Amino acid sequence: MKASLQRLAERASEEGLLDVAYTTTDSPFGPLLLAKTRRGLVRVGLPNQDTGELLADLAGRVSPRVLEAPAELDEARRELDLYFAGKLDRFDLPLDWQLSQGFRLRVLRAIARIPYGQTRTYTEMATKAGNERAVRAAGSACGSNPIPLVVPCHRVLRTSGALGGYGGGLPMKEALLELETEQNLVSR
Amino acid sequence: MRSYFRPHTGTKYDLNVSRRDERARLIPEVSSLPPFQALIDEYATDVMAVLRGAVGRGGAEDCFQETFLAALRAYPKLKDGRNLRGWLITIAHRKAIDHHRANGRAPLPVAELPEVAVTDPEPGGDVWAAVGALPPKQRAAVTLRFASDLPHAEIAAALGCSPEAARRSLHEGIKRLRKEIA
Repeated sequence: MKASLQRLAERASEEGLLDVAYTTTDSPFGPLLLAKTRRGLVRVGLPNQDTGELLADLAGRVSPRVLEAPAELDEARRELDLYFAGKLDRFDLPLDWQLSQGFRLRVLRAIARIPYGQTRTYTEMATKAGNERAVRAAGSACGSNPIPLVVPCHRVLRTSGALGGYGGGLPMKEALLELETEQNLVSR
Repeated sequence: MRSYFRPHTGTKYDLNVSRRDERARLIPEVSSLPPFQALIDEYATDVMAVLRGAVGRGGAEDCFQETFLAALRAYPKLKDGRNLRGWLITIAHRKAIDHHRANGRAPLPVAELPEVAVTDPEPGGDVWAAVGALPPKQRAAVTLRFASDLPHAEIAAALGCSPEAARRSLHEGIKRLRKEIA
């Protein structure tokens, strides 16, 4: 049955019927859900998020043609593994932004450009997105980030230097920042 | 992963209709269909079993692929997500009939012909064509009964109706076929 299902996923992809391919992959923080469309990576689910709910959400907002197809996500998995090992400081993955719109999308695109090992504040992100007073909205845009890790919302802090929030929990945010700082020290 | 299906009944993707309407107003264009993978996880084994019964082990794998690809193709436009198992099994039976037709056209060569007197009149090659022309419920009931050899209770489950209704559809279907072929 396993071989049949694998063949099915391959044929679905060949015939253009695979709208959302997903897999789960291990990370130092627990399993991650990775989902992509033909355009690129569309969703990364953090370990504390419910896979069933994430998939139902994708079925509703992107397409119900959602299939488990690990091979489709080989490259994303490879880059994330390297990132967690401290051996990759820039993701080179096509992204599908369709789950974000308007101001939130502008904030997230600005976040995507924050370099590895550096941090910015919510105020700076609000300014970059075109409304310096919309600090709270910038914060909620970070919270709504459908592609965490790859779009590094963990690099955004409060102006006071406090951590702010993180969808995967504050210990994870702290650990990611630590990982990037260590690597920064080693590589420079 | 959350299961989309109630245990035991195995046929319902249950959504409270009034709540769905409410949500549809808030978030337009939201599909109520579960991710297709949930159908595979839940029903692939059933579909494979039905196909093995209908076309044998050799043909089952091809029919299985064709069934799920056809389902995947049609899935986003599916209006009613309440009997997804029945929907898949109906597609499987259509693929089984296609398989039988293809095999009928290209019979397997045999070394020796069995010396058996044929007394029953051979059904014309257009029996399945006649079946194909039946109204959907009757067509499904007839193919489930004769191509897949399912009992009435299972036909009812696949069609999402009562066993009495399944029996009636089957009966009407056969009656009509007799008339067509005679």
